Amino acid sequence: MGSLLEIKNLTVEVEGKKILKNINLTVSDKEVVCLFGPNGAGKSTLLYTLIGYPGYKIVEGEILFKGSVINDMPVNERVKLGLGIAFQHPPKLIGVKLKDLLDLIAKNPDSNELKDLAKRLKMTEFLRRDVNFGFSGGEMKRAEILQMAALKPDLLLLDEPDSGVDVENVELLGKEINSLLKDRSGLIITHIGYILNFIRADRAVVLYNGQIACQGDPFKILKDIKDKGYKACLECVKC
Amino acid sequence: MLKLTWEEKLERAKKALEKIPAYGPDVDLDRFLLDQAEEEEGSLSLETLPEKTKKRALHAGIITSEKGRSGTFFQKDTRVLCARPRQEGIEIMSTTAALKKYEWLKDLVWSAVDPGADKYTAVTALHRTHGYFIRTLPGIKTIYPVQACLYISRKNLVQRVHNIIIAEPGSELHIITGCTTEDELTAAMHIGISEFFVKEGAKITFTMVHSWGKEVHVRPRTGVIVEKGGVFINNYICLREVQSLQMYPTVYLAGENSRASLNSIIYGRGNSRFDVGGKAILKADGARAEIISRVISDDSSEIIARGNLTAEVDNVKGHLECKGLMLSSTSRTLAIPELDAKAANVELSHEAAVGKIAEEQILYLMSRGLTEEQATSLLVRGFLNLKIEGLPEELEKETQKLMELEYETGL
Repeated sequence: MGSLLEIKNLTVEVEGKKILKNINLTVSDKEVVCLFGPNGAGKSTLLYTLIGYPGYKIVEGEILFKGSVINDMPVNERVKLGLGIAFQHPPKLIGVKLKDLLDLIAKNPDSNELKDLAKRLKMTEFLRRDVNFGFSGGEMKRAEILQMAALKPDLLLLDEPDSGVDVENVELLGKEINSLLKDRSGLIITHIGYILNFIRADRAVVLYNGQIACQGDPFKILKDIKDKGYKACLECVKC
Repeated sequence: MLKLTWEEKLERAKKALEKIPAYGPDVDLDRFLLDQAEEEEGSLSLETLPEKTKKRALHAGIITSEKGRSGTFFQKDTRVLCARPRQEGIEIMSTTAALKKYEWLKDLVWSAVDPGADKYTAVTALHRTHGYFIRTLPGIKTIYPVQACLYISRKNLVQRVHNIIIAEPGSELHIITGCTTEDELTAAMHIGISEFFVKEGAKITFTMVHSWGKEVHVRPRTGVIVEKGGVFINNYICLREVQSLQMYPTVYLAGENSRASLNSIIYGRGNSRFDVGGKAILKADGARAEIISRVISDDSSEIIARGNLTAEVDNVKGHLECKGLMLSSTSRTLAIPELDAKAANVELSHEAAVGKIAEEQILYLMSRGLTEEQATSLLVRGFLNLKIEGLPEELEKETQKLMELEYETGL
């Protein structure tokens, strides 16, 4: 497996404050990596920096995607290159119908694939509605996944796809994310880890205070965090 | 709501010939041609119109085959080319013909709009160049909309039309009307007096598309009287450049449980000057009104968006909403919402917001692979995509398509 994403010595500032410090991380082709860490550890910052949102200033280091440095590449070009992101809190787009957006961004707009997925995700009636307008937390997450299925990125960045989703729908969503990740790579932020029961995860990385504190088997790390808290990860890296 | 004799109406107009209205830039009428109305009325098939005219009319919502229409009125300059209904129970003719046919009409005209309001109403009262008369008889419901087009091809003409629209008790009338010029560069002026009478339990939806050019001054003067249980829905769309356009339609909700909804969608381009608004006077128990506008200021345009809800009696309700989008720093949007309560038990509200497109939304769409321009364009279209309640589904779809067409061509 060659590395699809390579992050080298990455330090990122937001509003003059260092949030990520000297991050080194690779995601291989078709590898799924989980990103754990307490609130404020910098997980979302890492995803926003990868997709290229302004306000996330790279003060040091490099991001390589498919071998190219993408540090200064605009958001839409990163997406064209094969990055995709599902947001935790996507904005509402008034007057823009979900179906119209999907048609606009879909790689294969004429296939029934999205229609079928919308049906499985119980989102058919939302296709005619304005994007995220009046959607519940879980409905927004499902709309994000629909958009990812339309875009078919090589690397999926998923920012807490399970937060605000009820237990029954976590399973539904998890299974669909898993099939989307079948031939792809993923970097997934999750807090509770329940979704990992349905998603193939090859590796986990723990971010703590802007730094990578620990890496390893996702279930083992998750169990350690649950048993001993995030602080244990710090000790883990020392040992 | 005036009650005057025919002579008094004309007298009032004569006194107002020099009266400059409070709003909008003053237009010197002497610069324009006050050609007389041509008497002869035709029954032309729209299919025989020159291609150029057809194309322009299409942009204003006019289907030349008349398919999917309950009737057609087409006036070019000062001459009525055709006026014909395609459904029983609908009357379509020129206002001139209607005034000859119906003696009672003389009492009705100029009761919803004051002939002495300003020099534009005055000149139309004294030197009218037709306009349309559309009426549904009691209980008749139009299956398809009636289409009406007021077309200007003569350079420097002041078209002075007086339109009368009557929905008799229990009837339902849908109208799609377009006003346009032969050429985008034709310098001209359009004065359009429109008086609507929504009788008991009747409903009128009126969708108007203005597709003018940058040398055209436009002064519509509209009054609407809605009786008991009547419904009036007005949709106004102008996405093209115009020199100046000023209007302030006034709806009198005179009957119990009457309802009005005024929606306007305006895209200011170039040096366009818009002073637009709507006023609803709630005069009877249970009356409801809503005035909604979406305005976009681009280039060096200026849009003044007015709105006024006046509650004269108890137990009435009204909502005013104005959303403005700024696309350039050399344009201006001024929103002036007014709530005027003259009774205690009323519910009036307004909501106004003006600003640029949220960066978060642009970035979100860019994260789906769209360029910044594509993202902006999609959001602007979304902003203009105002859901209009009460329009028949087909007409709503058609209105959306028409907006797309106008939006694309205006770019």
